[in-house]
Amino acid sequence: MQVNEKKPLIVAFCCNWCSYAGADLAGNNRLAYPADVKIIRVPCSCRVNPMFILRAFQRGADGVIICGCHPGDCHYTSGNYFTRRRMAMLFSMLDYLGIEKERTRVEWVSAAEGAKFAATMNDFAEKVAALGENKRLEDLRCKK
Amino acid sequence: MQRIGVFVCWCGSNIAGTVDVQAVSDALKNEPGVVFSTNYQYMCSQAGQNMIKDAIKEYRLTGIVVCSCSPRMHEATFRKTAQAAGLNPYMVEIANIREQCSWVHKDIPTGTEKAIILGKAAVAKVNLNAPLTPGESPVTKRALVIGGGIAGIQTALDIADAGFPVDIVETKPTIGGKMAQLDKTFPTLDCAACILTPKMVDVAQNDKIRIFSYSEVQEVKGFVGNFDVKIKKKARYVNEDICTGCGACTEKCPQKNVPNEFNLGMDNRRAIYIPFAQAVPKVATIDPNACNMLKNGKCGVCAKVCAAGAIDYKQQDQIIEEKYGAIVVATGFNPISMEKFDEFAYSQSKDVITSLEFERLTNAAGPTAGKLLRPSDLEHPHTIVFVQCVGSRCAACAEKGKEYCSKICCMYTAKHAMLVRDKYPDTEVYVFYIDVRTPGKNFDEFYRRAVEEYGVHYIKGMVGKVTPEGKKLKVQGSDLIMDEQVHIDADLVVLAAAIEPDKSARPLATMLTASMDTNDFFTEAHPKLRPVESPTAGVFLSGACQGPKDIPETVSQAGAAASKVIGLLAKDKLTGNPCIASPNELMCNGCSSCERVCPYGAITYVDKEFRMPDRTTAIRRVAQVNPAVCQGCGACTVACPSGAMDLRGFASAQIIAEVDAICK
Amino acid sequence: MSQQNNNLKEELIRISGVNPKKCMRCGKCSATCPAYEEMEYHPHEFVVMVENGNIEPLLNTESLYRCLTCFACVERCPRGVEPAKLVEAVRLVATRRQGANHMKADDVPAKLDEDLPQQAIVSAFRKYTK
Repeated sequence: MQVNEKKPLIVAFCCNWCSYAGADLAGNNRLAYPADVKIIRVPCSCRVNPMFILRAFQRGADGVIICGCHPGDCHYTSGNYFTRRRMAMLFSMLDYLGIEKERTRVEWVSAAEGAKFAATMNDFAEKVAALGENKRLEDLRCKK
Repeated sequence: MQRIGVFVCWCGSNIAGTVDVQAVSDALKNEPGVVFSTNYQYMCSQAGQNMIKDAIKEYRLTGIVVCSCSPRMHEATFRKTAQAAGLNPYMVEIANIREQCSWVHKDIPTGTEKAIILGKAAVAKVNLNAPLTPGESPVTKRALVIGGGIAGIQTALDIADAGFPVDIVETKPTIGGKMAQLDKTFPTLDCAACILTPKMVDVAQNDKIRIFSYSEVQEVKGFVGNFDVKIKKKARYVNEDICTGCGACTEKCPQKNVPNEFNLGMDNRRAIYIPFAQAVPKVATIDPNACNMLKNGKCGVCAKVCAAGAIDYKQQDQIIEEKYGAIVVATGFNPISMEKFDEFAYSQSKDVITSLEFERLTNAAGPTAGKLLRPSDLEHPHTIVFVQCVGSRCAACAEKGKEYCSKICCMYTAKHAMLVRDKYPDTEVYVFYIDVRTPGKNFDEFYRRAVEEYGVHYIKGMVGKVTPEGKKLKVQGSDLIMDEQVHIDADLVVLAAAIEPDKSARPLATMLTASMDTNDFFTEAHPKLRPVESPTAGVFLSGACQGPKDIPETVSQAGAAASKVIGLLAKDKLTGNPCIASPNELMCNGCSSCERVCPYGAITYVDKEFRMPDRTTAIRRVAQVNPAVCQGCGACTVACPSGAMDLRGFASAQIIAEVDAICK
Repeated sequence: MSQQNNNLKEELIRISGVNPKKCMRCGKCSATCPAYEEMEYHPHEFVVMVENGNIEPLLNTESLYRCLTCFACVERCPRGVEPAKLVEAVRLVATRRQGANHMKADDVPAKLDEDLPQQAIVSAFRKYTK
C-alpha cells in the first residue's frame, strides 16, 4: 500500500431520488466510508455534464463517481440511460488522456441501498488511493 | 454580491459529537459573501428558526446556508422559515453535515474538515442562487377517459361523482368493452352483464358524462391541466339524437351476412346494427363496408323503415375539439391472434376456439343462445380440452406469443371448466396447465372447487399438437406427473390465448408522450408507489392498458386513477417546480438536441425575431420550455451543444462552484 | 453434483449451446414428440436430467437412438430450450466414449474419395475427434 501525504479527493455526484437518499440511509445506519468522498446533489444523474467531471479533475480531484437510480427505475424515466452512455464515452476518452479507468465510475445505488452506497464508496476510495495522486489533468494555474 | 448567513446546527450531539461546530461556523465566516455565521443546538427547533428569521432581518441577508441534516429531511422547513422572514425560499441551501458527515466519520478532525468543505460548497452555490418563483397554470376542470370498457366506465363514474364533467371516447359503437362479452365472472360466478349493464346505464344517465362512441382521439396537445384534444367522431350514418334504438332497421336490412364482431364472427349481423341489446348509446350504426346504399346507392330500406327518420347516408366524420385538465388511458386489451400457432389447429378446425369465443358460446345472448354447442356441427361436445398458456410465457416466439404471464387465464379457465361440469355433468373436461396461478381473494379456493367438487381433470403438462380427424380433435399432450404422453379424442378445444394491449395504445402513447414498455403496456410513474399515474404529468392509467388485470383489479385501479384525477381537477391552479430548464435564447441555435432527450415533451421550438448587431432583424428558431411540463431532470442541459440550456436551482455555474469549493 | 457430473454437464452445454435453466417445465417437448412411446427418457427428462447432472443414465439409454431429430420439440418449445440439440450432444458424448472409433487429422487424407462429399468427412472428423 502506497503512503500518500495528500489524502485522495473524491467527488461524488448523487441523484436526488435514489443515490442521495441511499447516502442518507448509509448515514442513518452509521455505515462508515472515507471522509475523502464529498457528495454533490443533482436532480438526476443525467444532469451531470461531462464538463463538471473535467472541471473536478482539472481542480485536482483524484476520482469522480456518479451515482444514479438503477436502470429502469429513474425518477425521470430515462435519465440514467443517458448517463450510462455519456459516461461510457467520457470515461473512454479520459482513459485515453491518461486518467485511469479506476478513477471514474458510474454506479447504481437505490434509496434502499445504504449498505451498497457505503461499500461502493469504500471500494472506490481504496482503488483511487492505491493509484495515488492524479496529476494528469490538474491545472496548476488553479492552485494558489 | 450576496449577503449570506451561515447557521451550523449541533443536532444535539448528533453533529457536535464528531464535528467541531464552532470551528465550522468560524471557518465559514471568512467565505466570500458571508456576513453572519453562528451555531446552535437545534436549528430546526422554534428557537433555531427564530434565530434564522431574526438574522435575515437584522443582517439584511439575501441567502442562507444551513449546515444540518439531509435536505431531504429539513430543506422544506428552512425554506418556509426563510419565506416567513421575507426571503425567497429558493435562496436556502443545506450542507448535509449529519447523514453524510458526522454519522459516517469517526474522529473530530476529519469530520470537522469535511463539514467545513461541505459548508464552503453550499456557500459557493448560494452565491450564485437567484430567487425562483414557481410557475402557475390554470386547470381545465374536465377529464377525458379514453376507452369505454369497465376501466373507463368506472373511472368516468367516479370522476363525475365528484362533480367534474367527463368525456368518454370509445372506438366501438357502444361502451362496455370486453366485460360486455363475458358470460360469468370469477370467483363469484355472477353474470357479467348483470353487474356491468347497470353501470353502463348510469354512465348514459349521468349528466356530467358525455359519451363519444364510434370515435377516436386524433390529436393531443398541451400539458397537465391544459390539454387540447381533437376527437374524430366517425360517421355512423344515423343521427344519434333522433335514433330511438327500436331496432326496426336491423331487422329489415337485406344485407344479412356480415360477421358479427361482438360474437367474434361466430354468427352474422346486418349492415345496420346495434352490437347488443343493452348497448349504450342504444343507437344503430351502418357498417360502410357492408351497406349497399353506401357502396353503390342501391337499397335505402333502413331509411324507409325508420319511423324517427334518423338515417342519414350523407353524414360525415366530425372533429370535436375540447379542452381537458386530465386524461385517463383505459384502452384495454385483446387476445392475441392464434393464426400462427399451427400446432393447435386453430385455423384448421372451427372446433378449436379461444376462451373469449367460448364466453360467447356459453352466453345466453350469444350465437347459440347459451347452449354449449360446437361451432362446426352444432352438436353437444362430450369431451372438452382446455389448453392454458397459449402464447403466454413464450420467450422463444416473440413473433407469435408474449413473454409475460397473462394473469387472468388460470382463473377463467377454471371458471369455464366449472361451468361446463355444472351445466353438463356428462361432459368430461381436461385442463392442461404448466402452473396454476391463483393469487387473489378466494381464487385458489375457486380453482380447488373446480377440481374437487366439479371433477375437472387437471393435467400438469402442455399440449403438443391438435389434429382434426373426422368429427374428433386428436389432442396429444404430456402428463408430467404420470410421465406419459396422453392422447385425448376431444370434441372441442379451448385455447387460453395470451392477452396483449389494444393496437390503438402505441399511437396514443406517442400522442400523449406517455412511455410504454417493450410489450406496449403503458408504464406507470413508479411501479410501487405511483401505479396509476403515467410519468407524463396529467396522464393517468386505468385497467389492462397498464398490464394484464382481472375485473376486481381493474375496477380498483379505475377508482384510484379517478381519485388522482379528482385531486388534480380540484385545484384551481397548478404550482410547478421552479427548478426547471430554461434556455438562453441568445445562445440557442435551434438544433433540437434538447427536444430529443426530453422524456416529457416539454420542449418546443418557436421562430422568434432577434435584433442583429447591424440593426437588422433576423428570425431564428429557439427552444422554449413549458414550465408546467418540465420536471427538472436536466437531461437537456447536458445534451445542448451550445450550452444554452440551463437548469434553475442546479445551474451549471452553481454545480461548478460546488466542484471548485470541494476541490480547493 | 459430483465434479465428474458437473464436467459432463458443462461439456453437454458447450456442445449443444442449450441452456437447460431456461426450461419452465411445461412438457410441451414431450407432448409434441412423435417418438415418445419408443423412448425410455423423454425430451423433457433430457433437459431436467442434464440440469441436475444426472447424465450417466442418459448416456446408456436406447432413447438416444430413438430420437428422430425431427426438431418438433425445438420448434414448439415456448422458452427456446431446444431439447433435440441436447439429445444430439448426449449422443455425441456417448459415441466419443465408445473408443476405437476416433479420427485423427492424419486419417483424413486416406478417406478422401472423389464421390464422397467433403462435408461428410469434415462432419465425421468433428464428430469422432476426441
